[in-house]
Amino acid sequence: MDLSSINPVLLLAALMVASTPILLAAIGELVAEKAGVLNLGVEGMMIIGAICGFAVAVETGNPYLGYIGAAIGGAALSLIFAFLTQYLLSNQVATGLALTLFGLGFSALIGQSYSGIKPPQINDLNIPLLADIPFVGPVLFQHDIMVYFAILLVAVVAYMLTRTRAGLILRAVGESHDAAHALGYKVVLIRVAAIAFGGACAGLGGAYLSLVRVPQWTEGMTAGAGWIALAIVVFASWKPWRVLLGAYLFGGITVLQLNLQAAGVKIPVEYLSMSPYLITILVLVIMSADRGRASLNAPAALGKSFHAAS
Amino acid sequence: MIRLEKRPEPSQNWALATPVLAVLATMVAGGIMFALLGKDPVEAIRTIFWDPLFHPDFAAFSRPQLLVKAGPLILIAIGLSLGFRAGVWNIGAEGQYIIGALCGAGVGLAFYPLEAFWIFPMMVIAGALGGWAWAMIPGILKTRFNTNEILVSLLLVYVAEQLMASMAVGLLRNPEGSGFPGSRNLQQYASAANNELIAGTGMHWGVVAALIAVIFAYILLNRHIMGFNIRLAGQAPRAAKFSGVKPARLILFCLGVSGALAGMAGLFEVAGPAGQITIDFNVGYGFTAIIVAFLGRLHPVGILLAGLLMALTYIGGELAQFMLGLPAAAIQAFQGMLLFFLLAGDVLTNFRIRLGRAEVA
Amino acid sequence: MFRRTLLAAAALAVASAGAALAQDPIKVGFVLVGPKNDGGWSQHHYESAKKMEAHFGDKVELVVQESVPEGADAERVMTQMALSGVDIVFTTSFGYMDGTINVGGKFPDVKFEHATGYKTAPNVSNYSARFYEGRAVMGHLAGRMTESNQIGYIASFPIPEVIRGINSSYIHAKKANPDVEMNVVWIFTWFDPAKEADATQALLDQGVDVVLAHTDSTAPLAKLQEAGALGFGQAADMAEYAPAPRISSIIDEWAPYYIERVQAVMDGTWESVSTWHGIKDGMVGIGEFSEVIPEDVRAEAQAMVDGIVAGTYHPFTGPLNKQDGTPWLAEGEVADDGALAGMDFYVEGISGDIPN
Repeated sequence: MDLSSINPVLLLAALMVASTPILLAAIGELVAEKAGVLNLGVEGMMIIGAICGFAVAVETGNPYLGYIGAAIGGAALSLIFAFLTQYLLSNQVATGLALTLFGLGFSALIGQSYSGIKPPQINDLNIPLLADIPFVGPVLFQHDIMVYFAILLVAVVAYMLTRTRAGLILRAVGESHDAAHALGYKVVLIRVAAIAFGGACAGLGGAYLSLVRVPQWTEGMTAGAGWIALAIVVFASWKPWRVLLGAYLFGGITVLQLNLQAAGVKIPVEYLSMSPYLITILVLVIMSADRGRASLNAPAALGKSFHAAS
Repeated sequence: MIRLEKRPEPSQNWALATPVLAVLATMVAGGIMFALLGKDPVEAIRTIFWDPLFHPDFAAFSRPQLLVKAGPLILIAIGLSLGFRAGVWNIGAEGQYIIGALCGAGVGLAFYPLEAFWIFPMMVIAGALGGWAWAMIPGILKTRFNTNEILVSLLLVYVAEQLMASMAVGLLRNPEGSGFPGSRNLQQYASAANNELIAGTGMHWGVVAALIAVIFAYILLNRHIMGFNIRLAGQAPRAAKFSGVKPARLILFCLGVSGALAGMAGLFEVAGPAGQITIDFNVGYGFTAIIVAFLGRLHPVGILLAGLLMALTYIGGELAQFMLGLPAAAIQAFQGMLLFFLLAGDVLTNFRIRLGRAEVA
Repeated sequence: MFRRTLLAAAALAVASAGAALAQDPIKVGFVLVGPKNDGGWSQHHYESAKKMEAHFGDKVELVVQESVPEGADAERVMTQMALSGVDIVFTTSFGYMDGTINVGGKFPDVKFEHATGYKTAPNVSNYSARFYEGRAVMGHLAGRMTESNQIGYIASFPIPEVIRGINSSYIHAKKANPDVEMNVVWIFTWFDPAKEADATQALLDQGVDVVLAHTDSTAPLAKLQEAGALGFGQAADMAEYAPAPRISSIIDEWAPYYIERVQAVMDGTWESVSTWHGIKDGMVGIGEFSEVIPEDVRAEAQAMVDGIVAGTYHPFTGPLNKQDGTPWLAEGEVADDGALAGMDFYVEGISGDIPN
């Protein structure tokens, strides 16, 4: 048992990278859910983003164009969901699951000629001066740009939701679409926009997997990350900064258990692989046991279809 | 200007017509996709929808296989539909299915090689109890601590998968399997085997249980006070509260039933068609069943038909793969399309489409 | 009377149809557990199948089914293939074993070949590769190339195949470099690129500078490249990562075996066999040693390969003790195939426990 051999600096740095895909997807889903839409298709949108980003990056040789392609791809897929649930009023749970099924199949279809290729490399930023600060430098200032973009996105979403009129309207739509409609807001359009934003974010998260974290394209490579993103939104009780916390916590446990093994700490491995899920459940319980608060924070119209009975 | 106008009552005619329309629309859209992949679209569609039922070489084998494939889907979906009607979201049937299989197979293997008539019934009970217990975790957390059941049930799927992997290489590993992962094959243990009841029909106890579940669910929803409470809680939660429905009891009932049915489905599968616990014994029935439940409009008979339709696309998809060389991914995308069209079709059942400007009220 | 002649005529017609069929191509089926472009296990079976097809040209017809889950689905796929008239079916995952035996029993005229199992029947063969021979070579290279004297191993599930690979790698790394230590990380999945990448990162953070992987994706190599560490191609040559981080590789080469077995069906000489081939028979390929490896180390590795091919060297040769110190193989003693097939213990010197 030698815990001291785990370097906290490296651990923190690793968890920031490991958490970024789920963080991106989760913050997008949070916005959609705040508008009252439960989209269970995150996994499908992520994997479409993974292949779109990968394909665009390979074809153009520019990873940043890849990210743009991934965001467009994820958003485009989410518009299928938006059309079905917002205009044709289909059930959101079932449509989301169908979206995941379709996304997994369709991505594999697009990606058939892209397996076994290396994507263009993305360099870490290594922010001058800051990166050289002991401890803090390697943890905070030596990552690629998406790690920072994800954090920035959380900040922007947090600001938008609480401090701006647009955020207020979005939340109003999520709380009571009838009231929002009565006030003259275009409920359906706002929701479609929120869904598309969620899709774009999920797409970025997927592309981060295929372009940076792995980096390669393989079928089914998201391997359940989309579901974790969904869990983190509720875990965070729909608060943006808590999404960051949740994603880092989940990523941190995953990385920590691998590090414990690599350090030769004697622990029952098969139970450790379950630990990220068990601990997430435990935290969920603790947070929701504080009766009412978490559930009060849930958008009241979450998952409900809106039809303007004129 | 196209508008939707809510029908006072869902249209019976459209409820029957939309699935047919959806399948036709999928054939067109899927056909275009297959043509883009360079395959003959007509042949591909025929292979998927027609050959499993009527092809001279395959039909005798694949028709019964429809039941084998649809059985677990229907059994799980029936249980889920009760909860979905009441607004209880069990997304983790896959985990309950796994635990049911583990518990049931564990009981059977514990008695190996004893041959006795009561072993299989005990396994069924153990499977149901296992699934029930696994579903009770989100149930109790929900009623005691108000924890979101969607997430807990979902996260427990991953826990169940890890548990199964460790069982397959540990506790339940076949001692005569030269150290390879996987349990003994229950098909070769007569007292524990869930064989075909009549050879060549595909009917095993799981299919029978699925049919019984359909009937029971129908009676429950239409004739029983619990069924009434379930529907009331889903449609008018406040009214349900006033009429004395206890939400906690309802939640535990719905989760418990769906968990027990999923667990039984797991047991029937592991003792029958699959035969053994392996590292990746589960193939996603628990998730697909959610879709089946909605395709069937949460109605028992609808679920029966939806389960058979899903099974048809799986088996037809397999035929299309090796006869026409279609990639597995194309079949998956095709299934996704079918679901989109079926879900989209719902709008015609509940709404009337009006052309022209909105009338001034 | 009339009826009988009719039957006789029918029998004749069937017989002549059979003769005509002999000129028809041999239909060969493949059942794959993953997508055919998974970059690892299934892709190599598929590519080997394509090589077999190219070898025979239009004398064979290839049918492939990918992403077939083990269990009931696999059994149905095999049955449908048999019904469609295939002559020989290769089922390429361990979990297909019981299904292959079952379906084989129902179609005695169809030949079945099951990969990596241990059961046979009159019309069912099994075949597997001695990957541990390749792992011995990789282990030697890892021991010689590490500068931190710490090497890492990413393991999937605790099954004999994987444990054999760990032991073989460790024994030879230790022989090449007595100071070496090996860290094993179990990730309980064959395929999850993100997790493989994380595991690699965790090993790197522990000071490991050479990583061996027993999972399928190229994710570990990509991470190693970033960190400037070394690794090996697995299943495929993964030459796109040469000369570094990929310094050599273990390649699954099924094509020679597939060609041999299909030829046997054509010649009518097919018999049920259990095959466990290694480097010598070309089932395990050793990828080119890259120029990053010093000349003398390359020569040592080549000598080991030559010794294994010539049969003068066996990777599991005593003296070897089990992890707890109990003797396993005496000086000069060679492990028999039975002990290798069911291996469930670490050899002495590896720290940590096998899960379960």
